[in-house]
Amino acid sequence: MTENSERRVISVIVVNEASVLSRITDLFSGRGYNITSLTVAPIPDSKYSRLTIVTSGSVRVIEQITKQLHKLIPVLRVYEHCDLVEKEMALVKFPITENISDINSLCDAYNGKIVDIGDDMIIGMVTDEPKRVENFLSAIKKYNPKEIVRSGAVALER
Amino acid sequence: MQISGAQMVIEAFIAEGVDTVFGYPGGAIMNVYDEIYKQDKFQHILNRHEQASVHAAEGYAKASGKVGVAMITSGPGFTNAVTGLADAYMDSIPLVVVSGQVPMSLIGTDAFQEIDAVGISRPCTKHNYLVTDANDLARVLKEAFYIARSGRPGPVHVDIPKDVTAQIAEFDYSKPVDLETYKPHTKGSTRQIKKAMEAIANSKRPLFYLGGGIINSNAAYEVRDLIHRTGIPAVETFMARGTLSHDDKYLISMLGMHGSYAANMAMSETDMVIALGARFDDRVTGKLSEFAKNAGVIHVDIDPASISKLVNADFPIVGDVKNVVEEMLELADTINPDHYESWRETINNFDELHPLAFHEDSERLKPQWVVKRVGELLGDNANISTDVGQHQMWAAQFYPFTRPRQFISSGGLGTMGFGFPAAMGVKAASPEKTSINFTGDGSILMNVQELMTAVEKKLPVINIILNNNFLGMVRQWQTLFYDKRHSETDLSVQPDFVKLSEAFGGIGYRVHTKEEFDAALKDAVEKNVVAFIEVLVERFENVMPMVPAGGSLFNMMLLEKKKETK
Repeated sequence: MTENSERRVISVIVVNEASVLSRITDLFSGRGYNITSLTVAPIPDSKYSRLTIVTSGSVRVIEQITKQLHKLIPVLRVYEHCDLVEKEMALVKFPITENISDINSLCDAYNGKIVDIGDDMIIGMVTDEPKRVENFLSAIKKYNPKEIVRSGAVALER
Repeated sequence: MQISGAQMVIEAFIAEGVDTVFGYPGGAIMNVYDEIYKQDKFQHILNRHEQASVHAAEGYAKASGKVGVAMITSGPGFTNAVTGLADAYMDSIPLVVVSGQVPMSLIGTDAFQEIDAVGISRPCTKHNYLVTDANDLARVLKEAFYIARSGRPGPVHVDIPKDVTAQIAEFDYSKPVDLETYKPHTKGSTRQIKKAMEAIANSKRPLFYLGGGIINSNAAYEVRDLIHRTGIPAVETFMARGTLSHDDKYLISMLGMHGSYAANMAMSETDMVIALGARFDDRVTGKLSEFAKNAGVIHVDIDPASISKLVNADFPIVGDVKNVVEEMLELADTINPDHYESWRETINNFDELHPLAFHEDSERLKPQWVVKRVGELLGDNANISTDVGQHQMWAAQFYPFTRPRQFISSGGLGTMGFGFPAAMGVKAASPEKTSINFTGDGSILMNVQELMTAVEKKLPVINIILNNNFLGMVRQWQTLFYDKRHSETDLSVQPDFVKLSEAFGGIGYRVHTKEEFDAALKDAVEKNVVAFIEVLVERFENVMPMVPAGGSLFNMMLLEKKKETK
């Protein structure tokens, strides 16, 4: 496939049952599709869970991914989003020796704040669009982050 | 009704109308086998290897159109069965395979004969279940049969821990299946069908491309009707053999890697491909960018994921082929068969230029002759199974198929060792027909232990071993593409196939001449016991014509013109 590869966000509604997540991830690995990030949590007051998968591929590959996902028996619905609100969270641990007010301002600029201060470390949290989370992570490089964790994207169609 | 999990399995089989179960007992499935012992509603056929049980169930399913059933134990019993599951998955064969599992309390402890069975079967089944409570068993088994046979059919695996088969629980099989997340789309869009028929009417060189989905949806006779009324020629895939009768004037032949010149040229020249239940497999299309390059594509398939997967469909129609073809038939009058007179003429010319043929040899029998001869002698009275390799292609090319479900072979996965057990399943499903297995000297040894099953259960499969002392298809590629380096394909060291069959209680023949072959086949049909007919054939015969892997359909290697000798 020489067609252009583009980033896509796909939401999948699945029956919340044993091994349903491995059905999804096996499908991606078995057919050679990419997973950039994957988040999953139960939908309140229902027997379903919702997955948000960020993937990339040509138009044909994305079409195959949605069709193959839909073929899985416990999959109720597959949405391939066009116009959507997308958010991701990141937590970052800094040494206590770094400038707390700088870090706080940076977090603030990306919809976040300092969420924990211990004896030897600070934990900052941001919640923003994945692209902006990336910008944040590059901006805080000079504050010697010790550990970084990203949640993966969640998305809702407008 | 309060019964044990093991009894539930039996009750579910009875409720589903299962009459034959293929399997092999072992520790984790013993509770169910104890219940099999106590009942007389269905027969159990003890294969001598779990792989053969699943292939036999496949043969049974393909010949009967019903769901095939196999039963195996945990661990090695299950892993042996995996090839069969994968084979059924690739060829969309409806199966329910029940396996035992170690008790729930031992799962995850590396217990004796424990393996993560559902983890292994996930990518090679349509769906699978690990049943953790006998209260779920009725629902799960009912869903398993429903999922296996509906939509695009496929194998469903149900893994049951030993303590669940011992658990007493409520069994109610009358509740209808209610799967909110699984609703196969069986009726094609009427608007889309109408547009497709208009496109056909406007095309000059339309071509039906018939696939195995037609057999699965029992649509062969409707498809015959549609072809006869529209006058549009047709090519069949390997999996669709028998959709049209071999003598149908609209049938060109099989297409693809070993398809006929005319079939492949027709596909290259057509301006409108009408794909019915076919999936544009690489063995069919050759080089994708050159495949039916100037044609529009109508694609009818029950599986949306098959449509526009490899070749973009201009008219995608998701639905059961039978339903869609019935709707097409209502509009068949809009198409004038006379329009395609010159197109049919063109195809006939292709066929006259390079017909499917072979050269006779005065010294050794030709394998193609054997296939043709079986066709002449048994024709419609035989069901034809095959193993995998050169013999399989010759069977597909030269047997005069007359009906759907007559040809049973491993297409997608290409499983050597498939033929013999499958032919037993075919015989169990269709005892009134002679069950032939065309096989090779390589393939037959991959499930040769089934001689015992066939003798014990009186399943008189006639195995015709086209013996060229080679792993022939690989040898052919080595000859053509590896400068004749025949690496590990020379099978000169062989058992005595006649004695081998006799050792199990079957009969055997070694055949060198046409007369000997006729006599052996006649005798084997009359004796009605499992037979090996070993035919010593030309060693270096190649399957021709051939599209080299990745090549274009119109660039075929053709049968060399016969050298004039004496």
